[in-house]
Amino acid sequence: MLEKYMYWLVKLRWFAILITIVTVGLLGSGGRLLSFTTDYEVFFGDSNPQLTTFQDLQEVYTKNDNALIMLSPADGAVFTTETLQAIAELTEEAWNTPYSSRVDSLSNFQYTYAEEDDLTVEDLINDPASLSDDELKKLKEIALAQPLLVNRLLSPAADVTGINITFELPTENANEVPFEIMEHIDQMLLDIKTRYPNISTAKTGVVAMNKAFPESTFKDAKTLIPAAFAIILIGFMVLTRSLWGTVGALIVMLMSIMAAMGTAGWMGIILTPPSASAPTLILTLAVADCVHFLITFFQQMRSGKEKNQAIRESVRLNFSPIFLTSLTTAIGFLSMNFSDSPPFHDLGTITAIGVVYAFVLSIFFLPALMSVLPVKVPANRKAESGLMNMLANLSIKYYRALLVVVGVLIVGLIAMVPSNELNDEFVKYFDDSLEFRQDTDLIGEKLTGMYFIDYSIDAKLASGINSPDYLQQLESFEYWLQSQPEVIHVNALSETFRRLNKNMHGDDSDFYKLPNDKELAAQYLLLYEMSLPFGLDLNNQINFDKSATRLTATLQNLPTKDVLAFEDKVQAWMSNNTPSLETAGSSPTIMFSHISKRNISSMLAGTTIALVLISLILMISLRSFKYGLLSLIPNLVPAGMAFGIWAIFNGQVGLSVSVVVAMTLGIVVDDTIHFLSKYLRARREQGLNTEDAIRYAFNTVGEALFITTVILTAGFMILAQSSFAINADMGLMTAITICLALFIDFFFLPPLLIWLDKRQSKSAEPSGTPHPVN
Amino acid sequence: MLFTAKTRSIAIAALLLAPGSTLLAETPEERGLAIAIEGDKRDQGYVDSTANMKMILRNRAGKESTRNVRIKSLEVTGDGDKSLSIFDEPADVKGTTSLTWSHSEKPDEQWLYLPALKRVKRISSKNKSGPFMGSEFAFEDIGSQEVDKYTYKYLRDEDFESAKTFVMERYPTDKNSGYTKQVVWIEQDRYIALKLEFYDRKGSLLKTLVSSDFQQYLDKFWRPSTLEMTNHQSGKSTTLVFSDYQFQTGLKSSDFSKNALKKQ
Repeated sequence: MLEKYMYWLVKLRWFAILITIVTVGLLGSGGRLLSFTTDYEVFFGDSNPQLTTFQDLQEVYTKNDNALIMLSPADGAVFTTETLQAIAELTEEAWNTPYSSRVDSLSNFQYTYAEEDDLTVEDLINDPASLSDDELKKLKEIALAQPLLVNRLLSPAADVTGINITFELPTENANEVPFEIMEHIDQMLLDIKTRYPNISTAKTGVVAMNKAFPESTFKDAKTLIPAAFAIILIGFMVLTRSLWGTVGALIVMLMSIMAAMGTAGWMGIILTPPSASAPTLILTLAVADCVHFLITFFQQMRSGKEKNQAIRESVRLNFSPIFLTSLTTAIGFLSMNFSDSPPFHDLGTITAIGVVYAFVLSIFFLPALMSVLPVKVPANRKAESGLMNMLANLSIKYYRALLVVVGVLIVGLIAMVPSNELNDEFVKYFDDSLEFRQDTDLIGEKLTGMYFIDYSIDAKLASGINSPDYLQQLESFEYWLQSQPEVIHVNALSETFRRLNKNMHGDDSDFYKLPNDKELAAQYLLLYEMSLPFGLDLNNQINFDKSATRLTATLQNLPTKDVLAFEDKVQAWMSNNTPSLETAGSSPTIMFSHISKRNISSMLAGTTIALVLISLILMISLRSFKYGLLSLIPNLVPAGMAFGIWAIFNGQVGLSVSVVVAMTLGIVVDDTIHFLSKYLRARREQGLNTEDAIRYAFNTVGEALFITTVILTAGFMILAQSSFAINADMGLMTAITICLALFIDFFFLPPLLIWLDKRQSKSAEPSGTPHPVN
Repeated sequence: MLFTAKTRSIAIAALLLAPGSTLLAETPEERGLAIAIEGDKRDQGYVDSTANMKMILRNRAGKESTRNVRIKSLEVTGDGDKSLSIFDEPADVKGTTSLTWSHSEKPDEQWLYLPALKRVKRISSKNKSGPFMGSEFAFEDIGSQEVDKYTYKYLRDEDFESAKTFVMERYPTDKNSGYTKQVVWIEQDRYIALKLEFYDRKGSLLKTLVSSDFQQYLDKFWRPSTLEMTNHQSGKSTTLVFSDYQFQTGLKSSDFSKNALKKQ
């Protein structure tokens, strides 16, 4: 079969090349259909309970999609005519931002006070140019006394101030929208800086973050993919010393990526930062296929075979290993579809498709290409084979010591795994080379936090929010939250009621307390609502039938475990103190705080299925239950050790790590397949004993394993430089795992084979009767 | 749907009689103003009216909440009309009454009587574009539509749900308005607004108001029984259902004074 295939492939090589180019072109043309997501919600599956809760909450009140602009005057004083004028102008201009529904700032803050017997509700800052120094001073006092402003739109030192724009984002063309909005805001800020050169600005918010996703992807695409190509090609060149081999590999890599990304386009996949890292992964994985084919090809030529004969022989020898390793790698990546986070479905699917294409290309296109290219035999490399022999002998000679030392190392590192802490601070997904991260950190430090939790506090009755009992409980929750060290700011309707009650009693501060009568509260609210201008209504805080209000707690930047601990504390406090108001907190922070745990449990099933399938494939291909079972050790241990090392040097694991085990499983199993299949072939076909079979395995595949490991490590280390932490962590963790896998295959698997063999020959009859193969 | 067979035939008759009269050389602005003046003229002489208004608020998920308000209006010649809104439901604002004096030239004046406080409070004249009782109607949407509150620009004739309409734009003259522009569809034979689009500060379509089930009172005055306001940005909507319209009930100017507020 294979012989016939190779005969025709070499004969019709030009046709094979042509048909490949046409097919890849057709598949690749789907690339124009690809688009990039600009919505953080894509990280959550449709049935994610935290997402559903948050969406329900946003359904009831206004949405949280916002952009927050911070203005920092150089003189550190917000209350100057110049700065106030800039705020007023920017506020006015901000209403023109596309899709904006609301603008909140110091200048349009609805200041309420008593004027004779009337309630005056007006912009805090009117006509800033005309303000005297005394008036400025008074304004500053008023503003700093507003709990709704301080730590939200005004720093306690009044040195920076914020303008918050809320959006109703449309659903059509959603991926363009953040660009459109941020472009408008950038232009607005540019204009302000021209008019007010002493004011510097920064911007953050959900819309800014949504725009940062493709930004980080584009940045990576511009730097990482070329770097991956460069490093892998140089490495390939140095290790194989063949120009034409390198050219062939380059073409296979490019075609695999084009075809896979094009297929993703035809499938209608929308790229996210994780799935946009697929090209780097495919590139790296495609190399491994090429390495195996080319190394055997060169070995055959070196041993005196004619070129086309060497090609045929290389395909014959590599077809099943490359098929098997591609199959297992694809299974590993496909199992990412079990993830709770959809971007990983796409990453897994696209990469698996790329792996399949790379397989087809390396046994169909690459041999045909090599056949037409003027390939010369690269210089022989005795030294490295000598190295492999040395490693084999080392592993055999010190097998007892290695068993113990590496065994202890394995156990020790795996024991460290639980000390990793889950952490998904989503702002930190972006590294500080990105403007979004720099600005968000700056705003977090000077003005207010990016992390918040919303509580929709239900009175369970229409108009129920006006009842004194409800308000009292709301207020005690508000005050308790304010006293918590994690909390920067609390926005609760109880504050509005206290203020109105005071205003309605001639601004008498003795009445800065909740109205004690339902009708009174309802009528205050009615009057206040009728007094508010367009866009500044209470719909963002009160639901439409006045049966619930939204309370927002802004938190300091906290690691995930502290967010979860905080939420637990809140729930405990509520059930002890305000049981009738009990409600779960909801926000992106809460959603991301659960995402890793949810993903780890969802990936547990995926990883198990992948493991079972891969082990079955191994058992079938090695035709041995025993060695299939044994392979679990070199397949699983590396990931365990990598997590142990991670615990020692980093200790914080996020969303990405939930998929690392499944992903690396498919890759590291390749080493095991190559090593064990050569080992068994030596034992079965050549009747060698364990030690000599180990030497044979080292000598035949040791070099290829070493080269592929170096190349894969280089590829994943490049991914580790990503500006998006999920990709960077995934890259680094995978690189560590792949290196450890080679280490285990060289220094633990052989000693284990010897030890098992010795034990077996002691306890039973020698089982070494070689099976005839092929 | 909107019109009975009878009114449709009236519309056709009006069409046949109309040609020529409006085809004089005038600018779109003049033509728009002329249409507004004609509409205003046709509603003159109602003297006063009362009605019950049921507000049905609907959120994005389609849940409903109801409010009941009684409305009294008094025609004022030479200036804007006066009106009283007495809130009956929800129970906790029962008896709360708002009094509005619309004006052609200066901003409207508005007061609110709070029974729980037994006080009348003036509402700042600048802020009249916030939501009325949490609905999708701003106060300026349901207040008296005086001709001078807008400038106009006639756009085109168009069929709207089988009625011949004038389509024109109007621009609020008050800088505190929440809108930059409104587009209005005015039925040509009765001079009643069938549809109104509201554009926000950035010029995006914010809301659409559709008026239907018009009834004629005193053989002259057309009033819609249903007003349907849809907010395109928030996905919420509000329906106003009017019933029990009475005209010329003998209301006096003194019924629309600050002092009278407390007695409602």
